[in-house]
Amino acid sequence: MIHFSNVSITQPGASTPVIADATFSIADGDLCLVMGRTGTGKSTLLGAINGLVPHSSGATLAGEVTVANRSTRTHRPRDLADVVGWVGQNPLAGFVTDVVEDEVAYGMEQLGLSPSVMRKRVEETLDLMGIADLRRRSLVELSGGQQQRVAIAAVLAAQPRVLVLDEPTSALDPTAAQDVLAAITTLVHDVGLTVVLAEHRLERVMHEADSALWLPGDGRVVAGPAAEVLAMADTTPPLVELAAAMGWPEVPLSVRAARRRIRDHGPHLSLAPAPEVREALTWRGNGQPVIARLRDLRVSYGDIAAVAGIDLDLHAGTTVAVMGRNGSGKSSLLWALQGAVASSGQVTVDGQDPRRVGDNVARQLVSLVPQNAADLLYLADVDAECAQADEESGVTAGTASAILSQLGADLPGDRNPRDLSEGQRLALVLAIQLAASPRILCLDEPTRGLDYAMKHELTRIIASLVAEGVCVVVSTHDVEFAAQTAERTIVLAEGEVVADGTTRQVCISSPSFAPQVTKVFHPSDVMTVAEIVAARVSQ
Amino acid sequence: MARLITRVAPLETDALTRSRPVLRTTHPWAWWVWALCAGVTASLTVNPLVLALIITALVTVVLARRGDGVWARSLKFYLALGAIIVGGRVLVRLFIGGSTTGTVLFRLPEIQLPVWAAGIRLGGPVVAEELVWAAMDAGRLATILICVGAANSLANPRTALKSVPAALHDISVAVVITLTVLPQLIMSAHRVRRGRRLRGNNSRGLRGLGATLVPVVEDAVEGSMTLASSMEARGYGRTRGQQKVPRHTTVALFMALVALLLGAFVVLGVPASNVTVLGLAPQHWLALALLLLGAAVGAGGLRSAGRRLSVTRYRPAPWGVPENLVSGCGAAAVVVGLWLTSPLGYPEQLNPPPVPLVWPALPLPALLLPILLALPAVLTPRPQRAGVSS
Repeated sequence: MIHFSNVSITQPGASTPVIADATFSIADGDLCLVMGRTGTGKSTLLGAINGLVPHSSGATLAGEVTVANRSTRTHRPRDLADVVGWVGQNPLAGFVTDVVEDEVAYGMEQLGLSPSVMRKRVEETLDLMGIADLRRRSLVELSGGQQQRVAIAAVLAAQPRVLVLDEPTSALDPTAAQDVLAAITTLVHDVGLTVVLAEHRLERVMHEADSALWLPGDGRVVAGPAAEVLAMADTTPPLVELAAAMGWPEVPLSVRAARRRIRDHGPHLSLAPAPEVREALTWRGNGQPVIARLRDLRVSYGDIAAVAGIDLDLHAGTTVAVMGRNGSGKSSLLWALQGAVASSGQVTVDGQDPRRVGDNVARQLVSLVPQNAADLLYLADVDAECAQADEESGVTAGTASAILSQLGADLPGDRNPRDLSEGQRLALVLAIQLAASPRILCLDEPTRGLDYAMKHELTRIIASLVAEGVCVVVSTHDVEFAAQTAERTIVLAEGEVVADGTTRQVCISSPSFAPQVTKVFHPSDVMTVAEIVAARVSQ
Repeated sequence: MARLITRVAPLETDALTRSRPVLRTTHPWAWWVWALCAGVTASLTVNPLVLALIITALVTVVLARRGDGVWARSLKFYLALGAIIVGGRVLVRLFIGGSTTGTVLFRLPEIQLPVWAAGIRLGGPVVAEELVWAAMDAGRLATILICVGAANSLANPRTALKSVPAALHDISVAVVITLTVLPQLIMSAHRVRRGRRLRGNNSRGLRGLGATLVPVVEDAVEGSMTLASSMEARGYGRTRGQQKVPRHTTVALFMALVALLLGAFVVLGVPASNVTVLGLAPQHWLALALLLLGAAVGAGGLRSAGRRLSVTRYRPAPWGVPENLVSGCGAAAVVVGLWLTSPLGYPEQLNPPPVPLVWPALPLPALLLPILLALPAVLTPRPQRAGVSS
């Protein structure tokens, strides 16, 4: 279906190609995973499939890409619209109209299909993606998962044979992501589409994958069956890590496969069973002093209560993961704790109310890294941002850049922050915010767009901050990250705390928040591969 | 068994017909035709009673037939704007005097202006006739404005843009994108401003502006690039032929525009002479010819230019009986208005002279105007509101 022959792609201004001399094919009807660390050219590769690279970017392409026997050299992306459907990361940014039904029809209008055919296909596509009841809804008021479904429906209406998805679930909570991925699998299994999918959290999709492409970062593209490529790749979802630690020859692609393997071939470890959960709110502190006290905290936007009366104590030297579905009030809680959004109730951090002190003092009490870290950056280069941060925090010059190198990010000082990768930008904003040496550090969805290695790095940074007595509050959808990083987990629903305890207690007992290793070794009390390795050595 | 089905079936169909939302909405351009006709009608008279009745008719139709979009709630702003126009006009008249003859209500202290400003009087006697005339004249302007407001509240701008000629497709796409992107831009500005506090927020002035502007512009540029890729990948511009619009079409469109402009100028700007040919002044015949010619050539040009783009429309709003009725009501109101203000009707009552000051009369046939304009409130299908749909 898709053939790359001797393809090299060079970004404008770059001396070395992102993808060098790649030759591979993706068979008709495959679900093909594209893996690789951030910045290795996954998006570029996906864009090359429908001709966005090189037609809509400044990149140069050597070799030839053909899709359904049409070369992207002679066909522009618009000429391939009836063969390849392309869906980007942020569905909202790609919407042209404002109502679900119109958005689904838009592509067909451009193809010049007759009104009766359009009408028929719109109905079919709405049913296929299960969004028929949303047809007259405004696009902006849909949830993230629904928006992504509409975006997929909008390209499917043109009845392409290939669907290209560039990280479709990066902004979604686990349940919404599952919803979108389930829809994608239906398309592969029942409709027979060829799907090419780039995804950071591989653990969610790898059990459905037929083949995989791995971009090691040196320009090569490694292609092959999913299990083989996963075993080679440097992106390590927990099951891959488990297989490596256990010395299994082949990676089990699903929890089910891993459980069967253990049942049939061992190792049969004697692990302590998880204690029965009798109470959902069990956090009693970690022996450290309470640093922040929230009483009956409420945040409302109009008549929507985002945070509906939360009582919490935050302790020094802990990492707190805040989880819950999109719109459950995670961000609002963090912003209210910082005092940057209006809230009612009592907030005391270190004896002061961050809402009533000046911005500079509030920053030293609670520092927040927003979801879109780039919102805080506005200067021309990294050095200027660091210098500005020193001035803002009233600390000696060079503090912020010292923190930046402590974080392990050696960024060139003259680089424009907008040219940095997602991870580098996060490190820069983190350094700027840490220059104020806050008592509490809030991170709003920091793992979005980070690969496994960067997440490990972030876990290390958070651990060293916690060792210094800082309380780190992380809102996240990433259960694997929470399991590795957080000591305490709070689950929010509809602005209220529904679970609060050690991460172990909260996550092991939950079907949606349990990490994969827990699911594999259910009902044992384990969360990480490291624990399994330790148990194996001791036995 | 058979008895059971016959008992159940009618109930089900009944429930279905009751709960099924009415999908038919009135074509937005029909509302615009109706509203513009109402505006033309209002421009013919300064009689405050007639104008008040016209406004009442407009408000009735809007309240009965508006949808639940954001634009549907815009009428009250237009009403407020109308009130401001009347109030402002009267206030100005109060302080800047014109004629001093007539019923003097009271005297304001007069400010002596230098010689070069002769003819302008600040303060001085306030004449009732002057004030009333100003209010009536401003009332006419306010009514015309409220007509536009009514169209705005009733016509979904996006549906309206769907029905523009294919030649204007690119413009309609640009407007639709603006309508979509603008709220997102405002949201991103709001988010960045909120984020400013997180950095201590101590840069003010130009630097502070940069701190807000840079991330917002960056966001906007990134959003535009994403949108462009998405549109390209979905086939935008695919059916456009390689050939350009023929030169003679461009020239014809330009000439049509000039003819329309000239025609409108003659109608509005050139005073009618006493000579009439077949009931109209010769320059008005000329203007009519120019307008008709411009419209015809323009329509032809747009058609020919649109032919190179073969995009189709998904479920465009249909133009049927309700649309004909709505625009017919508007047109009828204009005809009645023209008759009323012509020498054959009641010109004295509809455009009463400012002097002497009397309570305006309302000739019975003038009631036809608000009745005709209010008819669409019952002649059109009920719009679908969010609460109605299942």
